[in-house]
Amino acid sequence: MDTSFSCPLPLGDHDRVTMAHGGGGRLMARLIEQVFIAAFGNSALERRHDGAVLPAAPGAIAMTTDGYVVRPLFFPGGDIGSLAVNGTVNDLAMCGARPAWLSAGFILEEGFALADLWRIAQSMRAAADAAGVQIVTGDTKVVERGHGDGVYITTAGVGFKLTEAPIEPAAVRAGDVVILSGDIGRHGMAIMARREGLEFDSPIVSDCAPLAGLVARLIEGGANIHCLRDLTRGGLAAALVEIAAGSHLPIEIDEEAIPVSEPVRGACELLGLDPLHVANEGRMIALLPAAEAEHALALMRQDAQGAGAVVIGRIGEPGAPERVTLRSPYGTRRIIDLPNGEQLPRIC
Amino acid sequence: MCLAVPGIVVSIESEDELLRAGRVSFGGVEKEVNLACVPEAAVGDYVLVHAGFALQRIDEEEARAIFQEIDRLHAGHGQIPE
Amino acid sequence: MKHLDEYRDRDAAERLIEAIARTVTRPWTIMEVCGGQTHAIMRHGLDQLLPGGVELLHGPGCPVCVTPVDIIDQALELAARPGVIFCTFGDMLRVPGSSSDLLRTKANGGDVRMVYSPLDALRLARENPDREVVFFAIGFETTAPSNAVVALAARREGLANFSLLVSHVLVPPALEALMAAPGNRVQGFLAAGHVCTIMGWREYESIALRHRIPIVVTGFEPVDLLAGIHQCLLQLEQGRAEVANAYGRAVKPEGNLHARRAIEQVFEVVDRRWRGLGLIPSSGLGLREPFADLDATRRFELHEPSAAAPSECIAGEILRGVKKPHDCPAFGARCTPEHPLGATMVSSEGACAAHYKYARP
Repeated sequence: MDTSFSCPLPLGDHDRVTMAHGGGGRLMARLIEQVFIAAFGNSALERRHDGAVLPAAPGAIAMTTDGYVVRPLFFPGGDIGSLAVNGTVNDLAMCGARPAWLSAGFILEEGFALADLWRIAQSMRAAADAAGVQIVTGDTKVVERGHGDGVYITTAGVGFKLTEAPIEPAAVRAGDVVILSGDIGRHGMAIMARREGLEFDSPIVSDCAPLAGLVARLIEGGANIHCLRDLTRGGLAAALVEIAAGSHLPIEIDEEAIPVSEPVRGACELLGLDPLHVANEGRMIALLPAAEAEHALALMRQDAQGAGAVVIGRIGEPGAPERVTLRSPYGTRRIIDLPNGEQLPRIC
Repeated sequence: MCLAVPGIVVSIESEDELLRAGRVSFGGVEKEVNLACVPEAAVGDYVLVHAGFALQRIDEEEARAIFQEIDRLHAGHGQIPE
Repeated sequence: MKHLDEYRDRDAAERLIEAIARTVTRPWTIMEVCGGQTHAIMRHGLDQLLPGGVELLHGPGCPVCVTPVDIIDQALELAARPGVIFCTFGDMLRVPGSSSDLLRTKANGGDVRMVYSPLDALRLARENPDREVVFFAIGFETTAPSNAVVALAARREGLANFSLLVSHVLVPPALEALMAAPGNRVQGFLAAGHVCTIMGWREYESIALRHRIPIVVTGFEPVDLLAGIHQCLLQLEQGRAEVANAYGRAVKPEGNLHARRAIEQVFEVVDRRWRGLGLIPSSGLGLREPFADLDATRRFELHEPSAAAPSECIAGEILRGVKKPHDCPAFGARCTPEHPLGATMVSSEGACAAHYKYARP
């Protein structure tokens, strides 16, 4: 994504956030006007009302909320803004919904560069456009220097379910296949590459992207989806463990089937990390009946976000322990569990 | 202990005796690595890297030997006896 | 990735497994010395592929696991000190001292920085001349040359604000101690491939001779491990007790002479206490007198180490291979990776962590 925006901020003499920008007065009004409304520009926002009043649509309402505190704020392939939009869009998509509207709350630290805020707002607009959503309402607060981390963003999102069929762990059935939409580990390793003490030059770009289009393609293409889950923190491992726990069914995954790009592998080997536990921001798994696998793959591979879609495993019979096992290339099996806290690089 | 990863030397950045450094690529990911312990390492060599230091140059001939031995084991015995 | 993928090849692994099956006629007990080898074995399930009578014991080659509690406590004290930037590998962040760990010290305001290399700590010292930068220098012989080079560089630059908290340990004395311990069941060793990359394998010849035990220098990938196991079993079946090298692409008989020279310049052999194993004479490395100013324990006045509080932790017996993680009543119950009682549960390659992660029933 091109973030080389010029910054036409006519915010007076200010190039950094001050406490006054959060005061509810003229300076704050100007900030909202010239940064957020200018970037997000849509009829709901331009009403400048306390909240957005939006047209109802058929289908159950899906709603989600999230907070974004990523460091660094800008990374290869995205920034905290595009992360916030895509993360929220994806949570709605995983409900089987078409995302429609987002709210965005900003907690700004005194001293934060307005040029960076402008960049983030523009990035959010671009991500919203790409995902087909609008940011229709928001909030701004300023905290004292030292009490924030530059900027935190919280979002809520609302969408409309595309099908009446339940899409949730409880709908998963024995014999279902697990389809992964593409290669794993890009986001986490793109971030790691920028982390102090770990800096390495890598061609790894975050996979931060909206999955709403991919999900719509599947549902509108007639795929009988039982469950969707996007891979975020905790990686593929966390998503699988959560589904096993939610569905009370065992899952077996074929290690050799999991796609990992060479640079992600190289970076993981270097730091002693397991790609299964590394964060993603534009990947999902879909669980559906085995008989539908070919059809679902064909649908997914038509989409830019699903070009690398593959079957990686299947759901086992009820009664067996509800754990996730990984079958190695050597035929051995091991249990996959949630990573214990943050995965730390190691030398041992 | 001792997570050491093989990578290929892409360039030599500095010739200082202690802080001799080169860029090493691990599947396309490059990191600056200290080469003080492998002064003979040149661009195109594979080295084993641990905690930012190259520990040894990888001996290509020895690397092949293990597979020759595996082939020999297999050829000499055929099927597993009952 | 070259020199990595080939050693994960399924066909090569299968051929070695077949060769092992053909070779074995009775039960044997082998110890893999290095925690990294334990981790790899558990991760790929290699122990599941061996004939039933072959038992793999997990050795004490986990510097994180064996760093004594009192040195962890010294690290915590330094990390909490104002003006100090305490640099450590990620591995050490969650290891429990007598009452806390580095991660908690960081949460309480200590300036603890995770680094990938001692070179990063050196850079921090240059960039922060008004702060004292301390690097937690743990590890076996593998990591010693890196710390030696960094010490020499710091000395050459005249860096006044850099020091090392040293807790280096050596493998051969640990193997001797293991063989001498009561209840020892080890019949063959897989020596630590990266330690031997530095030190060579000559110093293991006397151990093999005196204890009549085969020692095979082994790498870390599935093909390497199976090849090492095969060679060890072959020797056992044939009644031989020699040092063999199954990691020839990295290990020479004399190791890496440049690395060894650097270690010689900076470090000397000292007695060391090992967590879980007690004091083993001449089993560690300490900074030589000319480098005393780089020794954090001499630069800072630290509290006298207190005797470790007794706990349920049986890490010592696990490190000696006398007990398995499942033998511990606290395993998986009171002792988990989130709430570890001892270092073998915290370290990513500790036997308990490996069992918890990969093989919990």
